Amino acid sequence: MIELKNVSKRFRKGDEVVEAVGGIELGIRRREIVAVIGPSGCGKSTLLNMIAGLYPPSGGRVIYNGKVIDDVNTSVAYMTQKDNLLPWRTVRDNVALPLEIAGLPRAEREARADRVLEHVGLTGFEKRYSSELSGGMRKRACLARMLLQGAESLLLDEPFAALDAQLKLVMHGLLLRLASEASQTVVLVTHDLMEAVTLADRVVVCTHRPATIALEQAIDLPRPRDVINVRFTNRFRELYDVIWDRLRLEYHEERI
Amino acid sequence: MKEPGLERPGIALEVAAPVRRTPLDEIGRVKMLACQAALGAVIALAWQAVSGRLVDDYFISNPLAIGRRLVAWIGDGTIFLHLWATLYATIAGFVIGSLAGVVLGVWLGVSRFAARLTNPYLLALNALPKVALAPLFVLWFGIGIESKIALAAVLVTFLVFLNTFAGVREVDRDLIDCARLMKASRAQVLGKIVIPSAASWVFAGLKTAVPYALIGVVLGEMIAANRGLGYLVQFSGAQFDTAGVFAVLAVIAVLAMLLNWLVEIWQERMERWRIVSR
Repeated sequence: MIELKNVSKRFRKGDEVVEAVGGIELGIRRREIVAVIGPSGCGKSTLLNMIAGLYPPSGGRVIYNGKVIDDVNTSVAYMTQKDNLLPWRTVRDNVALPLEIAGLPRAEREARADRVLEHVGLTGFEKRYSSELSGGMRKRACLARMLLQGAESLLLDEPFAALDAQLKLVMHGLLLRLASEASQTVVLVTHDLMEAVTLADRVVVCTHRPATIALEQAIDLPRPRDVINVRFTNRFRELYDVIWDRLRLEYHEERI
Repeated sequence: MKEPGLERPGIALEVAAPVRRTPLDEIGRVKMLACQAALGAVIALAWQAVSGRLVDDYFISNPLAIGRRLVAWIGDGTIFLHLWATLYATIAGFVIGSLAGVVLGVWLGVSRFAARLTNPYLLALNALPKVALAPLFVLWFGIGIESKIALAAVLVTFLVFLNTFAGVREVDRDLIDCARLMKASRAQVLGKIVIPSAASWVFAGLKTAVPYALIGVVLGEMIAANRGLGYLVQFSGAQFDTAGVFAVLAVIAVLAMLLNWLVEIWQERMERWRIVSR
């Protein structure tokens, strides 16, 4: 469904050329949840930007549903690392934006926005502006907006980084449930290995910049998953160890 | 070993003493209004006392004479004829200029090609002191109100245009991408992202443009007109009527403050999110 064919990306920073992504081959199946993990600044976000069609790759092709992406990919909902809430809109109007663009009547989009806000625990904050919210609340508002968009695929760039540990677990459960109900394909960029193993069907470990694939590990934990208890199973431990063994090399290369 | 701080405990106490604000900093609203009125009264009294004694009455007139003149003009309705002419031209010029400025600013802000194409001409027009266009507008539109509206509109257009243009250029690219990923059309991106995002810039432009609209109108009236506050100030000056000149200036100042206040109220209504986030 999403195919990356020898995809690379170089940026020009002044006179310097930065190689962010260096030749990635990856195929993502329909309804699959793929977690991309790697050191900070290794080009993971660049990968999502290219799948979203925000800019073209320097080399290779990004194919979505059999078509080469050459413009903004409107089949995906993209939750970027920075929260892109519109500061002049209330939380409710922000979350309802995709429905407003789709031309739904006000009453319906507000009812649907309020329902998804309840899911992410933002009931009571509908009329606040994003500047009045904490970082974690903004992230949840973005998550709500993305879920409401009802796109075929979801791209998430470190969506839960600003949340506290407990809330993270609640949001993990919510994402798994709603993505499964809506049969969505998910690409999740994270640097939290625990999160990657909990959520994904497959974990892709990226090398330090330029990003290439160091390891692809299928996560054969049964579904539906209990996001808390799955962590205490032996299979989870084994998978975690296998991936960590490879991932830690990237951190050593970075000399941290 | 002794700790150095313990040797001289007196010093620490002195440093810890809180810095008290003077009571004048914390004065309340009502008291401040009273103080402001008192300041005005003192200035008026001093003016009255100095006039005719230290400085010739001919140059600075005096508050009583100015007040009498205002009352007389209000009594026979003269001032309202002129005030209305100026107000009408200012509002008309402001509205026309604002619309033109916003449309031009959004258009050039969105279209890189148009912006580059027109850039040298706009720079030249912007550098030109717009008041120098007054004779041209008198030639085109006559000495009636239309030439004043035109002059005000031209002044306003440029200010609003420059601000709108900058605002549109400043729009967060990420927000535009975000809307495009939600299948927003070009018109939707413009209406839901670009224009609201540039709104605070536009308002800043509108606010600075209000006094300029008034300047344009008053100046136009001073050059060639048969009514308006600018005409009245020019006429009074030509009659060596200092009290009359001061009286009109007072009316113009009040009018300018009133217009500013109206724009501020409007902005507060439109930009509640900014006020909340303060």
